[in-house]
Amino acid sequence: MTLMPEESVRGLPPAADVLPVSSDATLPDQPLVVIEQRDAWLSIDLAELWRNRELLYFLTWRDIKVRYKQTVLGAAWALLQPAFMMLIFTLVFGRLAGAAERIPYPLFAMAGLVPWTFFANAVSNSGNSLVNNVQLITKVYFPRLLMPAASVLAGLVDLAFSSLLLGAMMLYYGIRITPHLLMLPVLFALITLCALTTGMWMSALNVKYRDVRFALPFLVQLWLFASSVVVPSTVIPERLRWLLYLNPMSPFIEGCRSALFSTPFHWRAIAIATALTIAGFAVAAHFFKQTERSFADFI
Amino acid sequence: MRPIIHIENVGKRYQIASERAAYSTLRESLTGSFTRSVNRLRGRGETTAYRAFWALRGINLDILPGERLGIVGVNGAGKSTLLKILSRITEPTEGRARLYGRVGSLLEVGTGFHGELTGRENIYLNGAILGMKHAEIARNFDEIVAFAELGRFLDMPVKRFSSGMYMRLAFAVAAHLQPEILIVDEVLAVGDAAFQKKCLGKMSEVSQNGRTVIFVSHNMSAVQNLCSRVIWLAGGQVVDDGEPARVISNYLRTTLTTMSQQTWPDPNAAPGNDVVRLRRAAIVPAVAEFEDHFTVRTPLRVEFEYWNLTPGSALDLAVVVRTEEGYPIFSTASGREPSWAGRPFPAGLYRSSFEIPGGLLNDGVHRVDISIRRNERQIVYHLADVLVFDVIDTAEERRGSFGKLVGAVRPSFTWQTSVIEEPVADSVR
Repeated sequence: MTLMPEESVRGLPPAADVLPVSSDATLPDQPLVVIEQRDAWLSIDLAELWRNRELLYFLTWRDIKVRYKQTVLGAAWALLQPAFMMLIFTLVFGRLAGAAERIPYPLFAMAGLVPWTFFANAVSNSGNSLVNNVQLITKVYFPRLLMPAASVLAGLVDLAFSSLLLGAMMLYYGIRITPHLLMLPVLFALITLCALTTGMWMSALNVKYRDVRFALPFLVQLWLFASSVVVPSTVIPERLRWLLYLNPMSPFIEGCRSALFSTPFHWRAIAIATALTIAGFAVAAHFFKQTERSFADFI
Repeated sequence: MRPIIHIENVGKRYQIASERAAYSTLRESLTGSFTRSVNRLRGRGETTAYRAFWALRGINLDILPGERLGIVGVNGAGKSTLLKILSRITEPTEGRARLYGRVGSLLEVGTGFHGELTGRENIYLNGAILGMKHAEIARNFDEIVAFAELGRFLDMPVKRFSSGMYMRLAFAVAAHLQPEILIVDEVLAVGDAAFQKKCLGKMSEVSQNGRTVIFVSHNMSAVQNLCSRVIWLAGGQVVDDGEPARVISNYLRTTLTTMSQQTWPDPNAAPGNDVVRLRRAAIVPAVAEFEDHFTVRTPLRVEFEYWNLTPGSALDLAVVVRTEEGYPIFSTASGREPSWAGRPFPAGLYRSSFEIPGGLLNDGVHRVDISIRRNERQIVYHLADVLVFDVIDTAEERRGSFGKLVGAVRPSFTWQTSVIEEPVADSVR
């Protein structure tokens, strides 16, 4: 009963006692910031992003710290998610798909599920990142791009954990690694970029259309079956396989398998997927930048 | 002297869709644009009822380095919009502002605090969000902890903090922000007296270091004490600009006269938040026979109608009645009411009222602030000057004297005078 707002300004010096101290000399000639309606065709301001790299680090760190708070199993969820999926897929699709490759199906599935789980979580977390941080968006300025980016980067920690599990399975099944493995970090980086691109689209749309929140889980589910996670792309008839090229995630995930199991890379598919991802990123960045201006007004 | 902030013809327009929630669904947007284009093809005008609303228009201001600018105005005058534009949260629709210094803005205390993180972790996170460098936070860390008086709670999740500790920590971080321009919104509306005193002290310290401060508050005495210049916004425009005492007195005289009743029929537009929303606030005579104004003798009833939107919280209305200058006369709270004290409120519409007996208030303008508290300690909503009313002296009360009687209140006490000793008639002479 004591939290009554009260006056408490007595004891302050009267305003007139204090004279302005700064002089012209300290002011820069050019304004640091000009606030006006910005040109819609500006692209991402890299210098500004760089200045805010510490904030990106802190936002990522926050997402990691908070993710498994108040859970019993904690970071073990990072392993359990792909592990359960692997079990289910093995039971349902194991016989169907196993014949296609010479790899035991559980390992085949896990090799796809580890990058996929990262991608799926990154997309759904970053897709909701702006809407879930209304407070920040409406009360403080920073490049909004940091928000979906932090969500994606935070997922990398889970990816590292689940990669350990994958490594353990490789040992168990006695799979030998070769220099092909060097492609794995590159592919992970491309998958990260792909997740960020999707996250940027979804988060920006989500600000205005909350439909995204509901559509996103469906989208991710459908995407799973189009990404060669469950079955290899070879089960799809040759004349339809080009369709998979339109989905960058399929070549990336198959590429991960090639890197792990030392099978030949489909360089053409990977190249097309990379080009699509980079082009998609450029468009997404532009779209994000354009809508960013009105986030605070719509959210 | 060259200005550190140069604002040129700034305006901000919002599109308000009538009878519609703030955000739309994709389908509405698609069908909407479809019908619009069909209508356009048919040569008809726009069908969607959008109303353009200028929250700010034609703002021109030069703010000098070291100036402490106060912004006053009623709710909806555009104060927050101006701060949001200067903090780059939203873009102006027209015009531009040039900033010649680094801006730190404090539009809310504790922005980005995360309940699951500890006090220590939140200091770093919040500092980064407010634009401090890691090294800067580390350098000020001990000072921040000391200012917040956290002690052994430093490594406890902030969700376990009392609201007072939470506020202290949040302000402590913000107070150590060292930009050339500090923008502060009504952050003093919550928190206890000691906390407010500390905040104001810190702010005056900040401004004495030659930094520019832009300060929005409904607390006129705070504005008057802290600011070297005040602008008054009304309807999105600058109405007056200059010497604090003059502008504040103009503002009070013009705006604070006819708000003895306020009604907000639309819950979506009513003042409040997810927890509570006001529907009506009124001060009415508590007696049947009544002239057209409140006199110092009229008993008054103060009424609030409000929606409780989250069932299960025990609500408590705290009201402060102030003089025109903002000095508190008394405070009272509904929490002690026997039938409700501590009981959870089901969701719904409520009315709470209390009576001010006749013969208590002095004549003059009175202002009423309301705070709504939840579960005894958390202030969920605060609105300053929700009611403003005038109390008038009556001729018979005045009894021939002129000028206002000294004092915040003017109770009619019963005086008694008796003779203690009768002097001997001779000794007096």
